[in-house]
Amino acid sequence: MSFLEVRDLVVAYGAIQAVRGVTFSVEEGQVVSLIGSNGAGKTTTLRTVSGLLRPVSGEIVLDGTPIHALPAHKILGMGVAHSPEGRRLFARMTVEENLRLGAYTRDDEDGILSDMDRIFDMFPVLGERRRNKAGLFSGGEQQMLAIGRALMSRPKLLMLDEPSMGLSPIMTQKIFATVKELQSEGTTVLLVEQNALSALALSDHAYVIDLGRTTLSGTGRELLADPRVQEAYLGEGVAS
Amino acid sequence: MLSTLLSQIVNGLVLGSLIGLIALGYTMVYGIVQLINFAHGEIFMVGAYGGLAMFTYLLPTALKNHWYFALPILLIVGAAVSVLVAVAMERLAYRPLRGAPRLAPLITALGVSVALQEAVRVFYPNATAAVPFPTIFVPGTLIIPIGDGIPIKYSAILLVVVALALAYALNTFVERSRMGRAMRATAQDPDVARLMGVDPDRVIVLTFVLGGALAGVGGILYGGLYNTINIDMGFQNGIFAFTAAVLGGIGNIRGAVVGGLAIGLVKALGGQYLPGGTAYDYVWIFVVLIVVLVFRPQGFFGETERVRA
Repeated sequence: MSFLEVRDLVVAYGAIQAVRGVTFSVEEGQVVSLIGSNGAGKTTTLRTVSGLLRPVSGEIVLDGTPIHALPAHKILGMGVAHSPEGRRLFARMTVEENLRLGAYTRDDEDGILSDMDRIFDMFPVLGERRRNKAGLFSGGEQQMLAIGRALMSRPKLLMLDEPSMGLSPIMTQKIFATVKELQSEGTTVLLVEQNALSALALSDHAYVIDLGRTTLSGTGRELLADPRVQEAYLGEGVAS
Repeated sequence: MLSTLLSQIVNGLVLGSLIGLIALGYTMVYGIVQLINFAHGEIFMVGAYGGLAMFTYLLPTALKNHWYFALPILLIVGAAVSVLVAVAMERLAYRPLRGAPRLAPLITALGVSVALQEAVRVFYPNATAAVPFPTIFVPGTLIIPIGDGIPIKYSAILLVVVALALAYALNTFVERSRMGRAMRATAQDPDVARLMGVDPDRVIVLTFVLGGALAGVGGILYGGLYNTINIDMGFQNGIFAFTAAVLGGIGNIRGAVVGGLAIGLVKALGGQYLPGGTAYDYVWIFVVLIVVLVFRPQGFFGETERVRA
């Protein structure tokens, strides 16, 4: 059985169905991407997996346990961390306070401090400015902090929603390199991206979500080569 | 002349400390659940009645005359009664309305306010009129020898010291502790706080517990200062405290204290020096509120609304 299995997920905001049949699975140690255009239902899917939204129907199973009826703070406790779209840092708090909130459910002070140091090794700019307020940082630095904050709970599954949004190409590369590095350290990553090219190049497996449904799936390489994906999400330049 | 001015400043700071203590409850609850808890004034009132009931009916007579026994017991019991009522109120009245349009809990708060006042009026012996409150602190007055002398009651000194100490302790708790961080996170972005593993119910209950405890202590100190309590005390001081919270910047702890002191001073000095005297002190308080909000709608310390990236 897969590490995370999402089956026939339907999620609605009031009368409007944002997700109408999403099915995918994530194997342990993989990087899996959900790609698709704006408004396809990718973010809603992540928010449902992490417990911020309740599905109308369908199943979410983590490591054999159904989690779709659990509140968000319980799901975090089961090893799922979600770095939300737009980064959503606590802007009026310092870098350290943001990271400490990421470790909110832990009480091993030594472990928290060593994990914080690990994140400062990974992103030295955060270490240099650990007492500065997060709201003053650039987009790229905020994204580093958002990933760092999510890592502080020592997740088994890290979900990143549009980590490249608004970032320069160089910063985007750095963020994706970080994802690769985390995978090599054993973290499973579920990525939602509009930047399909970079996401697919990195992914072991990927799913296309269109109008609230999973329409295509395959390895990252297969989808990169798929003419339907090229036409819809990668632009003509890549197809030629 | 000088001693009148200084006396009124003292009066203003004493009343202001009390208002600030109550305002902390308004501002914290608003910061976490965006509700103006209009019943918070009654939480202050039931603390005073709860403490008085314990003192009158349960405390052995031998202890009643020793303020260093009676006072701590009164403060603890007053805080405990207020906390119990505040937690019950959140559980029974507000929690079922989580997610309802904001008007629903607001109207419920007004209803809870009336219900608590009436409950005390009906069930507390002789509560239809003002009830005498024991002089729990060393009765007496300190005279500061300036001009004709500035009188300060010891119970007023106690009120100011305890109120400011509690406000400082609360601020330290919110700024430094793990639960305080969870409260600030919930106030800034409740969804993301949940993603960090924060249980919103725990934070909300904690907020009502802290606000209730401060209000209960305030109720006892109020009784000790004025030596009489009545069922309207929560409504009157609650309005002042709510105004103080808005003036200081609702959701901001320092703002609540500064707003409380500002309102205390306006009430005391306006009542002394402005036309109309004490009959018009409400007018001056709300004039100040309106003028401040015209030029600084977020209050003294409030954050301006920022668009999230």
